[in-house]
Amino acid sequence: MHSKVTNHADAAIQFNLDEPRVDWHDKTLWFIREKRDLASHAIPEWEQLREYASQIKNNVLSNLSQYLQEFEKNAIANGVIVHWAADAAEHNQIVHEILKKHKVDRMVKSKSMLTEECGLNEHLEHNGIEVIDTDLGERIVQLAKEPPSHIVLPCIHWKKEEIGELFHEHLGTDKGASDPKYLTAAAREHLRETFLTRRVALTGVNFAVAETGEFVVSTNEGNADMGAHLADVHIACMGIEKIIPKQEHLSVFLRLLARSATGQPITTYSSHFKKPQPHQEMHLVLVDNGRSVHLGKDDFRNSLKCIRCAACMNTCPVYRRSGGHSYHNAVAGPIGSILTPNFDMRANKDLPFASTLCGSCSNVCPVKIDIHDQLYKWRQVLMKEGLGPTAKNASMKMMGWVLSKPALYDLSGKAARLVLKYSPFVVSNKMNPWYKQREMPAPPKESFKEWYKKNRSN
Amino acid sequence: MRVALFIPCYVDQFYPNVAIATLELLEKHGCEVTYPLKQTCCGQPMANSGYEHEAEGCSQLFAENFAGYDYIVCPSGSCTLHIKHHLHTEKNAPEEAHIRKTVYELCEFMVDVLKVDDIKASFPHKVGMHQSCHGQRGLNLSQMSELNAEPFSKPGSLLAMVKDVELIKLDRIDECCGFGGTFCVAEEAVSAKMGKDRVADHVRHEAEYITGADMSCLMHMEGILKRQNSKTKIIHIAEILNSD
Amino acid sequence: MSSRDNILKEVLKNQPADRALPVIDIPVTTTHEEWVEALKTRLEILHVAVREVADYAALKHLLQQEAIPQDRTVTTIAELSDVSTLIEAVKEDAHSLEDVDLAIIPAHFGVAENGAMWVTESLIQYRVLPFITQQLAIVVNRKDIVYNMHQAYQRIAGTTQYDFGVFIAGPSKTADIEQSLVLGAHGPKGMTLYLLG
Repeated sequence: MHSKVTNHADAAIQFNLDEPRVDWHDKTLWFIREKRDLASHAIPEWEQLREYASQIKNNVLSNLSQYLQEFEKNAIANGVIVHWAADAAEHNQIVHEILKKHKVDRMVKSKSMLTEECGLNEHLEHNGIEVIDTDLGERIVQLAKEPPSHIVLPCIHWKKEEIGELFHEHLGTDKGASDPKYLTAAAREHLRETFLTRRVALTGVNFAVAETGEFVVSTNEGNADMGAHLADVHIACMGIEKIIPKQEHLSVFLRLLARSATGQPITTYSSHFKKPQPHQEMHLVLVDNGRSVHLGKDDFRNSLKCIRCAACMNTCPVYRRSGGHSYHNAVAGPIGSILTPNFDMRANKDLPFASTLCGSCSNVCPVKIDIHDQLYKWRQVLMKEGLGPTAKNASMKMMGWVLSKPALYDLSGKAARLVLKYSPFVVSNKMNPWYKQREMPAPPKESFKEWYKKNRSN
Repeated sequence: MRVALFIPCYVDQFYPNVAIATLELLEKHGCEVTYPLKQTCCGQPMANSGYEHEAEGCSQLFAENFAGYDYIVCPSGSCTLHIKHHLHTEKNAPEEAHIRKTVYELCEFMVDVLKVDDIKASFPHKVGMHQSCHGQRGLNLSQMSELNAEPFSKPGSLLAMVKDVELIKLDRIDECCGFGGTFCVAEEAVSAKMGKDRVADHVRHEAEYITGADMSCLMHMEGILKRQNSKTKIIHIAEILNSD
Repeated sequence: MSSRDNILKEVLKNQPADRALPVIDIPVTTTHEEWVEALKTRLEILHVAVREVADYAALKHLLQQEAIPQDRTVTTIAELSDVSTLIEAVKEDAHSLEDVDLAIIPAHFGVAENGAMWVTESLIQYRVLPFITQQLAIVVNRKDIVYNMHQAYQRIAGTTQYDFGVFIAGPSKTADIEQSLVLGAHGPKGMTLYLLG
C-alpha cells in the first residue's frame, strides 16, 4: 500500500512530459505483448485452456471455504504451520512474530505482490528488520526506494544507464557501466552473499493445491528457491484466492501463466513445496484483506480469478503510456483498476476511468476476467455513490436532460456548431483539453437532420 | 425491409456527409430507410462516464423513436454496442428487447443481413483501416489479434469489393486510438499520445486516408492529423462504400 | 472468534452457488519421436545444450571430455560416482554446496512443449543443489519424454510422493534490465541436457 495517492490523469500528464521515454516504455511492453501472442498462437488449444482455467477458478470461488479447509488440513499434515490473517496488519504482525521468535532481524524475500499490498517491507523496516528483495527487478526498485511499477517486471520503467548509476552508488559497480550482463553479475554476487547468510526467507505463492496441501512458486531467476532452501525458516504468504482444487489443474495454469506473462512456455523454475526440510520450519500465511467481502459482489468477484500474469498491463494502451506508478497501487493496470476499488473505493475512484474500455485486457486474460466490463460497472457504482466531481455530476445531469428532449437538442446542437464556426477562439483555447493537441472538427453548414428534412422527408 | 437509420448525435451535428452516405448506401442496396426525426443521442457518453442513471430519459426516447422497425442501422460500432448491451429503461417494454436484437452496425448489417456481394464503388487510394474497439471487440466486426482464432473482417470484406482501393498494412493492427468518449478530455495526455501513435502507424505506411466504422475515433485522429498539418485524411467507411 | 473462523465464515457467506469443474481433455496426436524432436528444438531456444548418449559409458566419456574439468563436480547419479563426487544423502549443511561448479542430476521425465525437467528431492538430496551450482547437467532417459503438462501431471500423480519437486526449464535467467536476457541471475549460468538411450 503506497501512501502517496495521486490521481491517474495527473500522474499520466507527468509521465507524458518526456515523450521519447513514453515511446520507449510503450515499445518495451508491446514487445512483450507480441511475445505473448506468438506463444499463445503456437498452442492450438489456447482458447480451450483459457476456458478451462476460467471454469476451474469459478469452481474455486464457489467452493472457496471448503477448499481452504481442505488445503489447511493437508498442509498441516505435511508439516506446514498455517496462519490466517484477516487483514494487512495481522499479516505483517504474523510475519514479524515469526522473525522475533527466531531472533532474526534480517531476511530475504522473493517476489510477492501480496506483501506489497500489505506494506510488509515498510512495517518490518519500521520494526528494525532488514528485508532484502532478491528478484533483480525488485532489488533495483528497492535500492531506488520506490515501489515496483509492474507485477512481473518491477523495474520495466528503468533504463539500463539509470540502473548502472544506481548500482554504482549501492553496489560499487564501475561508473558509467550499463551492460545488463555486467550489472546482473554484480547483483548476483551481492545477493549470493545475502542468500548464504539469511536464516529466514519469505516467498509468495502462485498456486496452492487443496488436494495435496502443496504450493507452487514460479520464478525465472531461482531466487525463491535459493532463499527458501538455504533458510531455517521459510514463510510463504498468499491471498486466500490462490487456491486451486487439484494437482492436475496445475497443468492448465502453468501452461497459461508464463505464456501470458512473458511469452515463455514456462518459467525456468516451477517449485512445488509440500513438506519442510527436516531441519526447517515452513510457515504459510493465508490472507483475506478484503477478499472475502469482494467475493460477495456478483459484478466484481470474478476479478479474484486473477493469476497475476500482467498480460492485461502489457496490452493496455493506457498502461503503456502512463506507467505503473500512475495507478498508485501494488497492482497496476486494468486488473489493478478493478481490484483496488474493492478495497478502497474513494482512494481509487480515478482508476476505473483510466481506460478507453477498448477490451484488449479481457481478451488476453488467461482466466477470462471480464476486465473492461467491470471497469464500466465500477464507473456506475462510483458515480452513483456520488464520488464524481460536482461539475461533472451537474453537466451529466444537464446532458441527460437535454438529450431526452429532441427540441432542446436541435437547438443546442445548432448552438454548438455556431460557436465552433464563428468563434473558434472561444473553444479552441488551452482551457479545452481537446484542443491542446487536436483540432476541433470543422462545423458543417447544416446538420444531417436539417439535410434530411429538405431531401427526404415529405 | 423497413430500416430505421440511427445516426449518432455528433455525426448528425459534425459529419452529416457520413450520415448521407449511410442513407444512400442502404437505399442503393434495397432498404426502405426512415430517419426517426426525434432521435438525439443513445446515452452512451453518460453511461460510459458512470452516469447510466442520468441516461434514463435518453433510453426512453430511443425506445420510443426506434420501436416498430425490422432493423435499426447505425454507422457507429460504439453507439450500436451501447444500445445492444445497455438499452434498458424502467418501463422495460417488449420493444426494447426487439431493439437490442435488431440494432446493427452498418458493416455487419451489410455483411450479415443484406449479404452484400457486390459494391459499385471505386476509391483509387491507399487506405489504412482503423479497427474501432467497440465495433471490433464488442460487436465482433473483425477478429481480434489477442485471440488464437481464424482472422476475418466484415469491414475488410466490404472494402475488398471496392474498385482500386489499396489497403495498407499496419504495425499494430487493432490498437485503440485513445478516443474513449470522455476519456479523450479526462485523460487528455494519454488520449492524445495514443492518437498520435495510432496516426503515426498509418502515416508511416503511407496511408492517404484512414477509414473505419466509427466516426468518433476518426474525429479524434482527424484532430491530430490536422494539428500536424498532415496530408493524410480521414474518411468513414460508408463514404468509401458509397463513392462512385 | 479467531481470524481463521471469521474468514471462513465470511467466505462461506459470500461464495456464490457451485460451479462445476471442467473435465480436462486435450488429446495428443503426435508420436514420441516427434516429442523428442520438439524437446530438442525447445531446449535450443532455452539456451540448453543437448547431448544424446547411448548409455552411461558414453555419458561418462562425454562428461569427462566436455564438462568434468571443473573445480568441484558433484552428482547424485550412482553410475557416475567414478567420474564425479557422489552425494548419496544429506550429510552436511546445504551451505557447503556454495562452491559447486557442476552438479549432475537425473530427472524423472522431461516435457517437450516447454523443455521442463521434473526433478524431486529424492533425486537431488539437497533441494538447493540445482540452484546453487554454477553449471547444471540433467540426465533424462529418452523414453521419459512426455509432450505436454497434462501428461506430466498424469505421470506425477501415478508415481511416488515427493516432499519437494521442481520443473526446471533451462539455466537461471532474468530480463529485468531493459528486457535483455541474461543467463545466471542467481542459479546456474548454463545447463546441459543429456538424453540417454
